[in-house]
Amino acid sequence: MSILASPRPVTPGRIARPAPSLMSRRRRRFGLYLMLTSGALLSVFPFYWLLVIASNTTSDIYKSPPKLLPGSHLFENIAAVFDKIDFIAPLANTLVVALSVTFLVLFFDSLAAFAFAKFDFPGRDALFTAVLVTFMLPMQLAIIPQFITMVNLGWVGNLQALIIPAAANAFGIFWLRQYIKSAVPDELMDACTLDGGGFFRQYVTVCLPLIRPGLGFLGLFTFISTWNDYLWPLTILTDPHRITLQVALAQLQAAFAQDYGMIMAGALLATVPLLVVFLFGARQFIGDIAKGAIR
Amino acid sequence: MTLTASTVSAGARTSVRSRRRRAVRAWPAYAAIAPFFILFLCFGLYPTLYSLVLSFQKWNGLGSPEWVGLDNYVRLANDDTFWLSVRNTFVIFALSTIPMMIIALVVAAMLNNAVRYSTALRIAYFVPNITSVVAMAILFGAIFGESFGLANALLNAVGLPDVSWLNSPFGIQLTISILITYQWTGYNAIIFLAGMQSIDSEVYEAAKVDGAGPVRSFFSITLPLLRPTMIFVLIVSTITGLQSFTEAQVLTGGPSTTNPNSGGVGQGGLTMVLYFYQQAFSHNKFGYGASIAWGIFLIILVFVIISWRYSVKREDPTR
Repeated sequence: MSILASPRPVTPGRIARPAPSLMSRRRRRFGLYLMLTSGALLSVFPFYWLLVIASNTTSDIYKSPPKLLPGSHLFENIAAVFDKIDFIAPLANTLVVALSVTFLVLFFDSLAAFAFAKFDFPGRDALFTAVLVTFMLPMQLAIIPQFITMVNLGWVGNLQALIIPAAANAFGIFWLRQYIKSAVPDELMDACTLDGGGFFRQYVTVCLPLIRPGLGFLGLFTFISTWNDYLWPLTILTDPHRITLQVALAQLQAAFAQDYGMIMAGALLATVPLLVVFLFGARQFIGDIAKGAIR
Repeated sequence: MTLTASTVSAGARTSVRSRRRRAVRAWPAYAAIAPFFILFLCFGLYPTLYSLVLSFQKWNGLGSPEWVGLDNYVRLANDDTFWLSVRNTFVIFALSTIPMMIIALVVAAMLNNAVRYSTALRIAYFVPNITSVVAMAILFGAIFGESFGLANALLNAVGLPDVSWLNSPFGIQLTISILITYQWTGYNAIIFLAGMQSIDSEVYEAAKVDGAGPVRSFFSITLPLLRPTMIFVLIVSTITGLQSFTEAQVLTGGPSTTNPNSGGVGQGGLTMVLYFYQQAFSHNKFGYGASIAWGIFLIILVFVIISWRYSVKREDPTR
């Protein structure tokens, strides 16, 4: 689905209103792009401002009027972040958690979605409805008992407390099921069966190769939301030496709120990796987000 | 007879024995959905039921819980701070959702007419949504700072006085709303755009022939046909907006506050979920916290059902 819609066909015959002149059409298009570009600049402006603060000294930031251009102190401020807190460990923890959750979600969700999309087994519809119902339960209902469970399991402060409960989710199953229904033809499934392939061979040889773009979307989505997760890591990661980036960032701000240059350098470091990952798949990602919502 | 039984009509074979045989033969399908259900039982259903039990108990996490019946709920109904948090949440929700829906619609309508640079524009509008709320809240804390923030510098530049963004309850609510609007407008614009593009262009052609201009077409065609998409966006915004936590927690959680989860000056940033978090994890009131969680759930449920009823009732009955 492309936004590059072809120009609408001109209906022959009666045209009720005179076609706007070339000049006024040009002016209108100029106005459209002026507004769109202004909005887009406003949308990315905070990222620029993040860079401005992160690259100036704190005393420059406190000046009035504030400096509007990036300064030359970015690396100083980054060094200050590493000086104040251990930044590498939170970065590594976040990577471990986000990658593990993404991998597990892709595996478990695609298996379940494959079963729901392509097989007719007793209780299927009821079970799928159950998957949808789990969507509705808000997180804070479960969070206190979850915390108690983690205490009992001895997982408080450990990364598996973030990974295991998030290893499969209703959204991914729901989304991939739709995807598989439209992307995996029954004929290929039957051909695989004729070759003596069972469920798991069909999954590996027929389903997985055909749904790679869908997995790409779900993977990126899962990675981004896990990377940005805050409430549950804040609750469960009680060991200050084993936290994720978002928690480290909040702690950095709570402890050194006056040192803006340094804190924004930290925020910049926590944001840039995700931006890079996102920009790689942005085009398809945005299209898929929209498709998922429309249906 | 294979597993690819989607073509076999289920109604033809209803006898219990064949059902059981089919179930046994379908074991790989059950195995494939098992991980989700096992995880859900352990980390979804069990904790949810447990929290219902907890909400009838008094427990600080140590020692043994004490059964108190409906005490927590009675207390909740009379807890002024809880109702303040409900009020705060709805103020923030209204201040963010209304401008967000309007701006998103306008942006989507413009993107729908833009042919060139469409990918770059869409990425620019979408990117605030993928950035972490924590990082953005810290940045907005700096932009809306009292004496040296960019927002007040801009106001001063056009001759307006300082606004105490983060030092008054309403200022805090306004700042949180601006942050939420900033992060979600582009996302919703993209969804509206997809909805607009699924509208058949022939409808517009017909309107054009009848003499409708672009503004008329927008109000008489685009908006009515976009209703299902708008309902989707509204429901999602309601569910996420009424559970907002991180924006308020980070924006009001600076070291100047003695209690980091209290919602800032005048508790203006105390949202429902932030109050829940404060009671449960700053004060270790597990039982009372659980009853707050159920209170929040009920409020959201009622609100979603009302807006659902309202929007579906007004929908075209032929759909």
